[in-house]
Amino acid sequence: MTHLNSIDPQQWVNSHADYLYAFAVTRVNDESLARDLVQETFLAALERLDRFEGRSSERTWLTAILKNKIMDVFRRKASVLQSLQDCGSGGSIDFFETGNGHWKEGHQPKVFGIEQYDELANKEFNHVLEQCLKKLPALWLAVFTLRFIDEQTTEIICDQLAVSASNFWVIIHRAKVNLRACLQKNW
Amino acid sequence: MKKMEKIAYNCRKATLLIEKQQFGRLTIGERIELRIHLAGCSVCRVFQQQSITINKMIKGVFNTRGPIILDNDFKKSLQDQIDKNYPNNF
Repeated sequence: MTHLNSIDPQQWVNSHADYLYAFAVTRVNDESLARDLVQETFLAALERLDRFEGRSSERTWLTAILKNKIMDVFRRKASVLQSLQDCGSGGSIDFFETGNGHWKEGHQPKVFGIEQYDELANKEFNHVLEQCLKKLPALWLAVFTLRFIDEQTTEIICDQLAVSASNFWVIIHRAKVNLRACLQKNW
Repeated sequence: MKKMEKIAYNCRKATLLIEKQQFGRLTIGERIELRIHLAGCSVCRVFQQQSITINKMIKGVFNTRGPIILDNDFKKSLQDQIDKNYPNNF
């Protein structure tokens, strides 16, 4: 007989709440949204206790439910962003000339001391970075985390977020050009 | 040749390829295009260096954040909700 994992909702908060919360915060970068997601995860799990088969651990099962909820958030943000772009606004300035794609005068990247990575980069710079990250579309951060923390392939990310490959690169590109400009301006 | 000329001067395209390079893989054609562009464009070379550093720094920020934990009040309210929705008779 194979060993099956048991489930004990009374212990969920003690055993898994911090883990799930940290998992969510890292991905949605929003503490109050992350708290809501943890709460929704527990409630959704309670409703489908009968579907827990014990083949995975309790934590793995709860994390899978949370992951789905996070993807819903990402998808909502992706569709909002796409409709903005379809309307042609996007809300951000263009850094490149329309015709030839040259950097616009005044938007050309300049050397400002971050050309080499320094692992001991100081706290002040990290602070500026955090502030600039907050101004980015959440979708970019979502994609970044999926790619570099969850190590998903871009194909899977596009698929999960229901974003086309070409739109995906436009979103990534635009966010990065904006982030870089924000850092240069504020550092 | 026309296509070569285009990429050689198109910084929008070159910077997009720089991002693509970091998130995944470029095709051989794209790699060549980008190399040609970077050989002649010092501004995009700066962009590339900074863009790579920025990615590393963001990963650094994620890794150095202190322990992320819930406050006790919120945990208590979670526990109350579970107790309410999961009477102890399972």
